[in-house]
Amino acid sequence: MADSAIDIEYVAGLARLEIAPDEKERLQRDLDHIVDYIAELGEVDVTGVEPTAHAAALSNVWREDEIVETPSQMREVMLKNAPALMDGDLVKMPRILPGEGEH
Amino acid sequence: MAAELRTISGDAGLLASGQLSAVELVKGYLERIDKREGEIGAFLALDREKVLAAAAAADSRRASGKALSRFDGVPVGIKDCIVAEGETASCASKILKPVISPFDATAVARLRAMGFIPFGRLNMDEFAMGSSCENSAFHKTANPRDVSRVPGGSSGGSAACVAAGFAPAALGSDTGGSIRQPAAFCGVVGLKPTYGRVSRYGLVAFASSLDQIGPLTNSVEDAGILLDSIAGRDPRDSTSLPAPAGGFAAAAQPRGSLKGVRIGLPKEYLDNPGIAPGVAKTLQDTIAKVRELGAETVEVSLPHTKYAVAVYYIVATAEASANLARFDGMRYGARIDGRDLADTYLKSRGQGFGAEVKRRILLGTYVLSSGYYDAYYLRAQKVRTLIRRDFDEAFKSCDVMMTPVTPDVAFKFGEKADPLQMYLSDIFTIALNLSGNCGISIPAGRDGVTGMPVGVQLLGNSLDEARLLGVASTLMKNL
Repeated sequence: MADSAIDIEYVAGLARLEIAPDEKERLQRDLDHIVDYIAELGEVDVTGVEPTAHAAALSNVWREDEIVETPSQMREVMLKNAPALMDGDLVKMPRILPGEGEH
Repeated sequence: MAAELRTISGDAGLLASGQLSAVELVKGYLERIDKREGEIGAFLALDREKVLAAAAAADSRRASGKALSRFDGVPVGIKDCIVAEGETASCASKILKPVISPFDATAVARLRAMGFIPFGRLNMDEFAMGSSCENSAFHKTANPRDVSRVPGGSSGGSAACVAAGFAPAALGSDTGGSIRQPAAFCGVVGLKPTYGRVSRYGLVAFASSLDQIGPLTNSVEDAGILLDSIAGRDPRDSTSLPAPAGGFAAAAQPRGSLKGVRIGLPKEYLDNPGIAPGVAKTLQDTIAKVRELGAETVEVSLPHTKYAVAVYYIVATAEASANLARFDGMRYGARIDGRDLADTYLKSRGQGFGAEVKRRILLGTYVLSSGYYDAYYLRAQKVRTLIRRDFDEAFKSCDVMMTPVTPDVAFKFGEKADPLQMYLSDIFTIALNLSGNCGISIPAGRDGVTGMPVGVQLLGNSLDEARLLGVASTLMKNL
């Protein structure tokens, strides 16, 4: 199959996944194999067929635009789940922009 | 009482007659767990104090005439991807290892409202991706019928829990067969309801257009009891269907015969050369049995069956790659610090996810990526339409369909190392998730060589669970 040369490093970058060097060979082999297999869909005639995104025949489900308070107990559990906190109840994030002198 | 099958309806009877208190009932299950959990490994967590306290509360409600239902005090195991307040919600993944759920899934809240006790967190393939439970990041689960074999997956902990008698029933989730296949491997009943029948609120999403919560039980009636408890529209899940939901336990009572029922036999399933002799024999015996019970069997065709695995592994992985993007080590879960934000994402996700999850995220990202979207994802969605039409067409000439659940019985640990081979073994279960219809796996026999259970699958039309359960229970009673 022409498309089976999946570029693992590029796709892993899109998916924000670090792939260890010892994993790469195995993943490449498995994915080439799988992509070869799924390419068989190319033989199906889908002319004029609408895509199905969803099995439920529903569209535009609305609800009232209301404020629902989060119970404080729930909030505490959520904060405990955070990997790092600062000032008590703020979730601490890694720096997004480089600091001075790091440009 | 070691080997006897326990049921929700049986336990409810014991509680109603006062033969057992809920505390005694739960203690009985804990004793069974103490005896066998070491070799089975069905649970990721079980808070004994909490379940005993819940049982004591059920007993005092019952004593004061305020039981929440006749099931008040009956334990039900919960797959680890269906969240329960105050319990771990790891999805058997390292990336969610430290996470405690701040809320109940709607299915769990509805069980609690009936007095059922959410009973521990059951093992699974990581993020429900797998067919053997071998992809759990924490430990293996063994098949209670033969501990050298897998229990199936991804709801392997749920099936093992019920088959080992650790609880009378459990909830699982089914994206491509993850309830029906482990039920067949462990010799229990597993129901995948129609897509939208049960709210997915609080079910950690794998593939949102395919995922559905359902029960694993020792009887078809129990599957109906649990479906009655959890089904129905939920304002918190906009894909949950507004159709009236109830009366399933009553519909699941066995009848004297199957007269007037037309059972479709899809030739593409039955003619599959990959079916092992023991599975083929059980299926033939079951076909003979439904005829004996008065049902009419008709050959039907699902012509696009051979493409179902390919469509599934495009649609499911595409949706998974988007759903699992939220696990990035920022607001909850494991964070592994890197030199900058991008590196922290890469490391947290690279080290937090296991091999199969990474494989599927990569495949899903690839089929959605620029240049490949039309060839893979869009085309797969179109073939999905053809698969749905196949089911609609087939149900014009039959009431339910009957097929194998899996090509073979439960395999031994490590026997299926190639991912594609593992995917191909889902051939009889995954089309149903693509079409959205309902299906049930019931234990139908044993393989002559290995002695392992063999299941038979019945497929029902959308929202036709009542009829499906009626046929399944009448058949199971007569097998």
